[in-house]
Amino acid sequence: MAIVYEKSKALTDAEMHYCPGCTHGIIHKLVAETLVDLDVLGKSIGVAPVGCAVFAYDYFNCDMHEAAHGRAPAVATGIKHVLPDRTVFTYQGDGDLAAIGTAEIVHAAMRGEKITTIFVNNAVYGMTGGQMAPTTLVGQKTTTAPFGRSFEHYGAPIRMAELLATIDGAAYIERVTVTTPAHIAKAKRAIKKAFQIQDEGLGFTMVEVLSTCPTNWGMTPVEALSWLNETMIPAFPLSVFRDITKKEK
Amino acid sequence: MAKELWKGNEAVAEAAIRAGCRCYFGYPITPQSEIPEYMALHMADTGGVFLQSESEIAAINMVYGASGAGARVMTSSSSPGISLKQEGISYMCGAELPAVIVNVMRGGPGLGTIQPAQGDYFQATRGGGNGDYRLIVLAPATIQEVVDLMQEAFDLADQYRIPVMMLLDGMIGQMMEPVEWTHTPASDLPGKTWATTGTEGKRPPNIINSLFIDPDACNRHNQHLEEKYKKIIENEIKYSINDLVDAEILFVAYGTPSRLARAAARLLGEEGIKAGVFRPISVWPYPYDALREAASQDSVQAVVTVEMSTGQMVDDVRIGVNGVKPVSFIGQAGGVIPSPREVADAAKKALGR
Repeated sequence: MAIVYEKSKALTDAEMHYCPGCTHGIIHKLVAETLVDLDVLGKSIGVAPVGCAVFAYDYFNCDMHEAAHGRAPAVATGIKHVLPDRTVFTYQGDGDLAAIGTAEIVHAAMRGEKITTIFVNNAVYGMTGGQMAPTTLVGQKTTTAPFGRSFEHYGAPIRMAELLATIDGAAYIERVTVTTPAHIAKAKRAIKKAFQIQDEGLGFTMVEVLSTCPTNWGMTPVEALSWLNETMIPAFPLSVFRDITKKEK
Repeated sequence: MAKELWKGNEAVAEAAIRAGCRCYFGYPITPQSEIPEYMALHMADTGGVFLQSESEIAAINMVYGASGAGARVMTSSSSPGISLKQEGISYMCGAELPAVIVNVMRGGPGLGTIQPAQGDYFQATRGGGNGDYRLIVLAPATIQEVVDLMQEAFDLADQYRIPVMMLLDGMIGQMMEPVEWTHTPASDLPGKTWATTGTEGKRPPNIINSLFIDPDACNRHNQHLEEKYKKIIENEIKYSINDLVDAEILFVAYGTPSRLARAAARLLGEEGIKAGVFRPISVWPYPYDALREAASQDSVQAVVTVEMSTGQMVDDVRIGVNGVKPVSFIGQAGGVIPSPREVADAAKKALGR
C-alpha cells in the first residue's frame, strides 16, 4: 500500500504537550516540513522560547537552544554570527517576542540578522495560565484583565508584523493563520519563503502566525477557530507587510 | 621580549584575542569601553566576530548562542551592566556554557560612580542570578597578571564548561603599565562535541538547555553541577603570599587594594612592624585553607582586610581565618581609594599601637 502521508522527519517522536485544539502543533508541522522541503534540517539550529513552546527543543529534530524569556533573537544572533552558513530560526510566542523580548526582536530586525522568526500570536500568555499579553484585544478578558483589557489602562494590542515591517533590515514579514486548510497552505508558503530568503542572505525574516488558545480563551477548539477568524483577524490583518524580493511598484 | 606600555582595558582585549577569543559581544559602559573599542578595531583582523548589542542583556544572550555554537567567546562590562548580565550568566551556568566575562568594577549601588571600586564581590562570588551556581572568578592585580591569566581563563571555561569572570577594578582597566607578552600555550582541551553546529544527519540533535522541569531531574542536574564545582575547588585555587616571614600583620586584599596593602606594609616596615600580604587570585574558589594556614603562623597578631568597598570579601576572610586570629577591615567605597597611610594606621590599630 502506498504511503500518502507521514510525520515529518524534522519532528521527533516526543509526545507534544500542547492542549487539545491548540494550533501550535500545526505550526510545528509546517516549520518541520519546510526544513525538510528545503533540505536544511541537518544544518538547522533552532531557538526555543519561554512560553507554551518552551519544550520545542524536544520536538524539532535538529540542534536546538533553549533561550531565556524573550532573548531568542539575541541567542540566534550569536549562533548565526558563529555559523553564518547555517539555517537559524527562533520560535516565539507573543509574551516572549512582543513584551519581554521587544528590544531583542526589534534590534535583530534592525541589524538584518539572517534568521527566521516564527511568531505565534494567540493574544494571551498561555503557559502561565491565560494572563494578558501585549497582543490581547481591547475588551478581551484574561486572568490579569478580568474585566477585559482596558484601552485607557493598557492601550491597544501591539501589531509586531506592521512594526517590524518599517525596519530596513527586515527582508520578509508576513502575518498568516492556520484556522482553515487554505490558511494552512498559505502559512506553509510564507514559512518556506522566509527560510528561503534567510538562506539567500537577504535579511531578517518573520512569519507571524495567529494561533488559538482554547484553554485560556475558555472555548471549545471549534469556537476558538471561529473567534480567531471573526475577532482576531480584524485586529491583526493577514498580509505580506514586507518582501524585499518583490520590486516596489 | 621587550616590555610595552599598555592600558589595562586594551590589554584585556588584546590578551583575549591572543588566547583565541574570536567572538565578542558587548555594550558601551564606562570605565571599560576601551575593550569593545579595541575589539571593534582588531577582531576583524582575526576573521572573528565583533558585535555591539542593544543591551547587556542581549550581549550575554548572544554569548549564550555563540558559546552554544562552539565559539570561544567573551563579553565585558562594568558593574551596572554586569547586573543586567546576571540572567544570562545563570542560564549559562545551568546550560554549562563556557565564556569569559570581564567586569571592570566601578562604584555603586545603582549608577554609583564611574570611579574604581570593588562593590561587586558578593555578586561575583555568590551569584547575582537565580539558582545554585558558581563561576570561576579571577581577580588580577596588575595589567601583566591580566594578560597572563587570560589564556587560562578561556581554557578553564572550556575545560569545565563554565563561565569565567575576570574581576577587575576600574583602576586596572584605566591605568597603563609595562606588559611583557609571553606565550601561554593553550591547554589540551576536549572537543566541543556538545556544540550546536547542525547534525548534518550524522548524530542526534545537540540541545543547549537549562530547563529540567521534573524535580528529580533538576535535582540531579544541580548535584552534577555541584560535583563540578567541587573539582574546581580541588584544582583551581590561586593565591599569592608576600613577606609572611615573621609578619605580625597579615593583610588580605585582591586587585588594586593588594598593591595598597604592600605599600602600607612598606610604611609599617619603616616603623619596625613586619606585615605580609595574602592575595587571593581566584576569589571563587576562595583560598580558605591557605589563608587559615598563613593566619595561623605564630608571628601573626592580626588579619587586616583591605577593600575598595564597605566590606564584602572580609566575610570570606572570616570564614577562612575561622577565629584563629582577629580579623579587621579597612576600606573605602564609591570610587574613593584608601591611602597606604590609612591602611597602615588601621593595621597599627589592630595591633593596639
